[in-house]
Amino acid sequence: MSLDKATVASIANLARIKVPDDRLEAMVGDLNAILGFVEQLDAVDTAGVEPLASVTGHTLPQREDAITDGGYQARVTANAPESTHGFYVVPKVVE
Amino acid sequence: MTEPYRIQGETGEWEVVLGLEVHAQVISHAKLFSGSSTTFGAEANTQVSLVDAAMPGMLPVINRECVEQAVRTGLALKAQINLRSVFDRKNYFYADLPQGYQISQYKDPIVGEGVLLLDLPDGSTKSVGIERLHLEQDAGKSLHDQHPQKTYVDLNRSGVALMEIVSKPDLSSPEEAGLYVKKLRSILRYIGTCDGNMQEGSMRADVNVSVRKPGDPLGTRCEIKNMNSVRFIHQAIEYEARRQIEILEGGGKIDQETRLFDTGRGETRSMRSKEDAQDYRYFPDPDLLPLVLDQARVDALGAELPELPDVKKARFIADFGLSPYDAAILVEERETADWYEQLAKGRDAKIAANWLISELFGALNKAGKDLSESPVSAESLGGLVDLIGDGTISGRIAKEVFAEMFETGKAAGDIVEEKGLKQVSDTGAIEGIIDAVLAENADKVEQYRGGKDKLFGFFVGQTMKKSQGKANPGMVNDLLRQKLDG
Repeated sequence: MSLDKATVASIANLARIKVPDDRLEAMVGDLNAILGFVEQLDAVDTAGVEPLASVTGHTLPQREDAITDGGYQARVTANAPESTHGFYVVPKVVE
Repeated sequence: MTEPYRIQGETGEWEVVLGLEVHAQVISHAKLFSGSSTTFGAEANTQVSLVDAAMPGMLPVINRECVEQAVRTGLALKAQINLRSVFDRKNYFYADLPQGYQISQYKDPIVGEGVLLLDLPDGSTKSVGIERLHLEQDAGKSLHDQHPQKTYVDLNRSGVALMEIVSKPDLSSPEEAGLYVKKLRSILRYIGTCDGNMQEGSMRADVNVSVRKPGDPLGTRCEIKNMNSVRFIHQAIEYEARRQIEILEGGGKIDQETRLFDTGRGETRSMRSKEDAQDYRYFPDPDLLPLVLDQARVDALGAELPELPDVKKARFIADFGLSPYDAAILVEERETADWYEQLAKGRDAKIAANWLISELFGALNKAGKDLSESPVSAESLGGLVDLIGDGTISGRIAKEVFAEMFETGKAAGDIVEEKGLKQVSDTGAIEGIIDAVLAENADKVEQYRGGKDKLFGFFVGQTMKKSQGKANPGMVNDLLRQKLDG
């Protein structure tokens, strides 16, 4: 698998990371090098091997349906750049 | 079978192909992955845990009840329950999605294929395939109208469990889409997994619409997002189908895209530009191990399910002799079905159904009330049905008594007594009235005996009128025949 410039630009856009045009070419090289490194794993024959979700043998822990959290509006919005009446306030986003 | 739904275009008839994705909010105390409350309508951001606000280092822990609610729903839809399912991250940016991704299920949902039966207006049913049901988090709520330059964000809804229920593209008219939503809502409410409150947004539907000439392969579809009423679903489908037909007949082609229904203008419009194509980059959520269910637990949940609408409907038809149409109306809400069973117990079930459906529902509708607020109880309406059954009052008088019952809440027997509305079934008394009528209309009696048969109805009418509607109509008929023809 190898990425081209347009794909890297599109990935950057999806991740909302601004990459100037003159940095794109270098990033294509970096990302392809990482992919190449990981692709070494393709050499291993995994036919018939179930994907492994956990090495510890744990199963998904589950909670009872009880209200044990919340009720701290001020804490939740404490780090917001702007808030009023308990709401987060952000620049207008309308589609 | 009802007539298939067709739209007349300039080049001939078109059919629509519809599939629905319904988002149903799960009934639970706490959220899907956190311990904060799910109650609707609280003050902004007071029902938000640090998990819901996506603070760094917080980990999701799944709520067992939400999982079981999804299993119950799957079982009620006769669907395959997947004992192993996986949670994935669906990545996108929006102000009311603090994580930057929604935890959802993609390749391995908790529920697979199932089926839902539509109750069509002609009494027949149509089977609609369910593609899948998966669990996911709801997003927060953005308020755009509080400030000219700002959007206000409330995360109270963030992290509440949703079931996304996806149908196969088996629906072929706006009416069927509406019936599908109604039936799904009915089932969810029966089993208590979603309150079905569309106005509060507990149930929202996305509709996939495409058109084709009958017999052609599937056309390109557009998805209309986030509708919260059956009426809007109807309108949106009708508008969207016409829009697509116009484009195709004009030689154009349909772009697969997401559209919004503008309820004010009654039209759909494109939501996203094409260069901004969706790419959610799903991947398994590394914070969550696969969800593994125990078959014994699934079986136990199945055994606890209440009688479902389709089974109840079949029972009402078999045991009470109701028409499929009436039975479908009575079973839609569990409370209505219970009310009806109480009413029908030990009585003529068909007469009881008629009184409930045409008289009480009609009166409630007019008064803007629902059955739980009815001034006439099941027992009380039963009393009226009994008076008709034993011949104390006629059906016509019963309507008068019913109106009074609805108005005052009084018992049928008391009203009949007070107003002297008892049906006259005494042969002598009725004969007396008939004799008077015949004497007053001697000329017509002559004409009748001379062969003018149609006058019989006139004599019945006059007799009933003279008795102030109280004479037993069957007896009036018999006695008149004897006197006129005998």
